[in-house]
Amino acid sequence: MKRMSWFNVTSLTFGFAFLYLPMIILIIYSFNASKLVTVWAGFSTRWYGELVRNEAFLDAAWVTIKVAVMSSTLATLLGTMAAYVLVRGGRFMGRTLFSGMIYAPLVMPEVITGLSLLLLFIGIGLDRGVLTIVLAHTTFSMCYVSVVVSSRLVTFDRSLEEAALDLGCSGWDAFRLVTLPIIAPAVISGWLLAFTLSLDDLVIASFTAGPSATTLPIKIFSAVRLGVSPEINALSTIMISIVAVGVITASLVTKRNAVRAEADMRAAERAPA
Amino acid sequence: MRRFALIAVPYAWLLALFLVPFIIVFKISLSDLALAIPPYTPTMRDGIGEMFAAFDFENFIFLTEDDLYWKAYLSSLQIAFLSTLITLMVGYPIAYGMAKAPEEWRATLMMLVILPFWTSFLIRVYAWMGILSNEGLLNQFLTSLGLISEPLQILNTNTAVYIGIVYTYLPFMILPIYAALDRLDESLNEAAEDLGCSRLQAFWLVTVPLSRNGIIAGSFLVFIPALGEFVIPSLLGGSGTLMIGKVLWEEFFNNRDWPVASAVAVVLLLILIIPIVLFQRNQQKQAEAEQ
Repeated sequence: MKRMSWFNVTSLTFGFAFLYLPMIILIIYSFNASKLVTVWAGFSTRWYGELVRNEAFLDAAWVTIKVAVMSSTLATLLGTMAAYVLVRGGRFMGRTLFSGMIYAPLVMPEVITGLSLLLLFIGIGLDRGVLTIVLAHTTFSMCYVSVVVSSRLVTFDRSLEEAALDLGCSGWDAFRLVTLPIIAPAVISGWLLAFTLSLDDLVIASFTAGPSATTLPIKIFSAVRLGVSPEINALSTIMISIVAVGVITASLVTKRNAVRAEADMRAAERAPA
Repeated sequence: MRRFALIAVPYAWLLALFLVPFIIVFKISLSDLALAIPPYTPTMRDGIGEMFAAFDFENFIFLTEDDLYWKAYLSSLQIAFLSTLITLMVGYPIAYGMAKAPEEWRATLMMLVILPFWTSFLIRVYAWMGILSNEGLLNQFLTSLGLISEPLQILNTNTAVYIGIVYTYLPFMILPIYAALDRLDESLNEAAEDLGCSRLQAFWLVTVPLSRNGIIAGSFLVFIPALGEFVIPSLLGGSGTLMIGKVLWEEFFNNRDWPVASAVAVVLLLILIIPIVLFQRNQQKQAEAEQ
């Protein structure tokens, strides 16, 4: 095994310390007994208890999850369709505009997206609430989904689909039985990406949420504007742990599948013809 | 027929919820402020034709007259540019270290870089508030070392904004550079060293130019979102921090001047079009080079 130079070891150590220390400190201080966030006064889970009793946060968390599930599901549907159109659609009128509209939201500043959607909703007289947040989140996250899915579709061997068509599948059956299972990992990661984008979004939700529906990021933002609070530390710790557990599980599963696929390949090679 | 529906559904969605809202912003930036709900005139209720008939450039003229806006655009550009540069200097050694790490570590290192992507952006910014404040951990640490006697004022200054941007956007810089370095052929460096280059020269003359595409992609991925940033300046920056995303927000929510907020958005977009077009060209070139 090649040894790493001291320079590389140092840059990796400092780099990852920089990336992770702030979050680790946040997690440690969420167990602080003191109300003063910067003074350590012993271990306590008091703030988790207060958080669980805080109904405003629980309500906001519920709204956030509802919005995220609805918008990521819609976004996955629309985004997969859009990716299919982009990669397989051939020529059609306004194709350039279509692909422009897929990529533009990815780089559009959130303040502009939020402002423009709010002005639309007010213009057509749509009351702001869960529905408007879902519409807004679906719009920007479908673009991320379609980028993820189309990168998988591009590398996908088209002859598999053609073989299915030759064997008597209808177009829809070929898609359902051949294409979809092959692009499924991309569709799933697209959904997860859309889901986290929705959970995470503050700016666009602030513009499109009315007084009737507040999401968790909006609640957190208005709380932390007043300064650091131990309750928010507890809430952050919970959110960080959920993500960490989710991502680590997902990557372990992917790794196990890859190992298994490799073992299958080897077994197939060894098998007598 | 099915093909038509497949194209029409996402197309119609994007037209209705991306393009049309944008046209409305553009139009409202050319409207008058009014004491009404919604606070501009003429509105859609006066009829679409009526709404689009009246054009008024006074909001844009207002932007040029009040130097608050000039300063905000310039300081956003400066903050975005400098923090992109710092992110590059911090990110490159990490990406380089990852690319040179033993094969079996790379997947784990890569996951460690991606993990913060999935964690809430807001919380990652918030984590710095406790560290940087006057009574915060950084000041406690520096005082205990005896390096400073008075706490440093870092939170609520531009320095905190730079730290926040570098921290939250670092993965965007590391990943493309790592991708470029990972593909790099080690023998090129060995050849350069055989031909008399020092290690450092080989790095500078061979590795850096060959990772150029990663550097460019990473820089755009940091610069473009940093320019319109709202969360970082409002949590870590002080009242003296001028960034255009924050100005737009305040113009809209605090002053309720929708026409001016729209004009601010239109100008911000005009400024952003240049780096976005450059970025797309670069991506296209890269894609062509790979084929």
